[in-house]
Amino acid sequence: MIEIKDLHKSYKMGSNSLHVLKGINFKVEEGELVAIMGSSGSGKSTLLNILGMLDGADSGEYTLDGVPIKNLSETKAAQYRNKFLGFIFQSFNLINYKSALENVALPLYYQKVPRKERQEKAMKYLERVGLKPWADHLPSELSGGQKQRVAIARAMAAEPKVLLADEPTGALDSTTSYEVMDLIQKINDDGNTILVVTHEEDIAHMCKRIVHLKDGVIVEDKKIEQVRAEQYV
Amino acid sequence: MWLFDKDLWIEIFHTLSKNMFRTFLTMLGVIFAMIILVLLLGSANGMSNGFNKIFAGTASNSLFVWGQSTSEPYKGFERGRRIRYKLEDADILKRQIPEIEVLAPRIELANHRGTVTVYRNGQTSGSAVYGDFPEIDNITKKKLVEGRFLNQTDIEHSKKVCVIGEETYKLLFDKGDKAIGEDIRINGVYFSVVGIYKPNNNINIDGENAVFIPFTTFQKAFNSGDRMGWMAIAVEENTPVPFVESQIKSILKAKYDIHPDDERAIGSFDMSEIFNNITAFTTVLKGFSFFVGIFTLLAGVIAISNILLITVKERTQEIGVRRALGATPVIVKRQIVVEAIVLTAFAGLVGFAVAVGILSILDAMFGSGENFPFVQPMISIPQFIVSFILMVGLSVLIGLLPANRAVKIKPIDALREE
Repeated sequence: MIEIKDLHKSYKMGSNSLHVLKGINFKVEEGELVAIMGSSGSGKSTLLNILGMLDGADSGEYTLDGVPIKNLSETKAAQYRNKFLGFIFQSFNLINYKSALENVALPLYYQKVPRKERQEKAMKYLERVGLKPWADHLPSELSGGQKQRVAIARAMAAEPKVLLADEPTGALDSTTSYEVMDLIQKINDDGNTILVVTHEEDIAHMCKRIVHLKDGVIVEDKKIEQVRAEQYV
Repeated sequence: MWLFDKDLWIEIFHTLSKNMFRTFLTMLGVIFAMIILVLLLGSANGMSNGFNKIFAGTASNSLFVWGQSTSEPYKGFERGRRIRYKLEDADILKRQIPEIEVLAPRIELANHRGTVTVYRNGQTSGSAVYGDFPEIDNITKKKLVEGRFLNQTDIEHSKKVCVIGEETYKLLFDKGDKAIGEDIRINGVYFSVVGIYKPNNNINIDGENAVFIPFTTFQKAFNSGDRMGWMAIAVEENTPVPFVESQIKSILKAKYDIHPDDERAIGSFDMSEIFNNITAFTTVLKGFSFFVGIFTLLAGVIAISNILLITVKERTQEIGVRRALGATPVIVKRQIVVEAIVLTAFAGLVGFAVAVGILSILDAMFGSGENFPFVQPMISIPQFIVSFILMVGLSVLIGLLPANRAVKIKPIDALREE
């Protein structure tokens, strides 16, 4: 599903250049649930941004579902993001003046799905994250866990190839974190490919594979026994 | 065509209505600008209407012709010969120049602009005395306070009646005295007053100290025969007055053996010239108000652009999310530009409605135009359409500024901001 070869990325900081990713090679198969771990500054967010086409790499190859991702125009990148990727952010990033349902329907709007179908589909995914009764609520009327579930529903609404979660539990307490991870695991059980960036060990162990990043290189890449979040809920 | 994309409109109205306060603040500038534009234009129109009303009693396409003295010797006549018209000239001119709509002959006692002593019960006035046909009322309308103007019956029966001006009334009668039916004496002949007219803001070439008696009565009472002093002539709507003026002059010159190049023998006054001057003045006034108004509007639209620029900054995160979710730069741009257009158009309409309301109030308060030229202040539909198109056009151009700013925000930076 995802294939990365010798990925390099550096940021210019004044006259200095900060080399963040120093040759990343890795592969994600369909249906995997991968945790990307690392301390801050390890380059894990940069990697996710490149995977999410929010940022470009300096060199190296990136193939997503057989499509080479290179030198994308802003427009093309937006279309690819819409088609291939679903984003889940630490700070949820819901649009605050739109109801839960409208937030979920937004990616479908950019896919030019007709309004009625959009609403139905959005409602279906809201139901799946257990928030159907909250469909008309604004984000400000929802708890943190509910917000993240709305965000997950939104990420899934466009039926992307890969879900990218950037510290999805970073702003949540542990109980709520496990609820969210439980949801992510269930979505993965249905065959969706998910990448989770986290620095929390317990969250990482709820994935099926952990990729450890340190100073811009992968230091460890292992398959693990998945801890089900269900038991903590 | 994206313009008819229902979803886009729903999305935009949604965004605007969910941010009511911001939307309202943004619109204020254009609302006020539109109010100013419409008030300016409306007032200019009101003024123009007011002037039109002043002239309402006077046929704008009219001229007056009288006789003077020749300045060139011709056909054996010496120069300085006084030209006196005959009543038959009126019929000759009417017959030969079809463009003449109304021709009212007039004769006056004493000299041109001269006055005669009018007596009544020991009171006197020095008034102008005219022998007139009722048709004169179609050219210079008299606003009657009491009674009636001369009519055809007065002419046919040479009735000894007269219509007097308010000034004359004041000189001859005590305040509050009934004048209708009373007799006044001119050159030993008694005339019964049938009407009094008052100054009515209109151009009044005859003044208010004048006595009008039927032309035929004048002929008999003062033995004027078939003489005619001057002619008031109304010309057809679309015929230029100078065209008719020159025709009249050449006919009269031929008839009275006046040298074709003699400029002084026939006196004339073209009313349409004054009208054209006033029209030019109000046109300039309207143009100026439009100019000022449009620049005010430009300022208002720039204010919208400014506030949109600020809100783009405020909406960085939202725009970032939208772009992460698949909004292409074009979509983001379009949304902001269309927001600018909708805001401007809506604000413009609100401002328009408010201004029309204010104009209606002004109209109700001062619109009668009794004291100064201000009648029916309102903007015309073409003026409205032109300003509206200009406004929306400007908003497109100016909406592009914040739109480009919005597109420059990288989604990654936008999402990083908390």
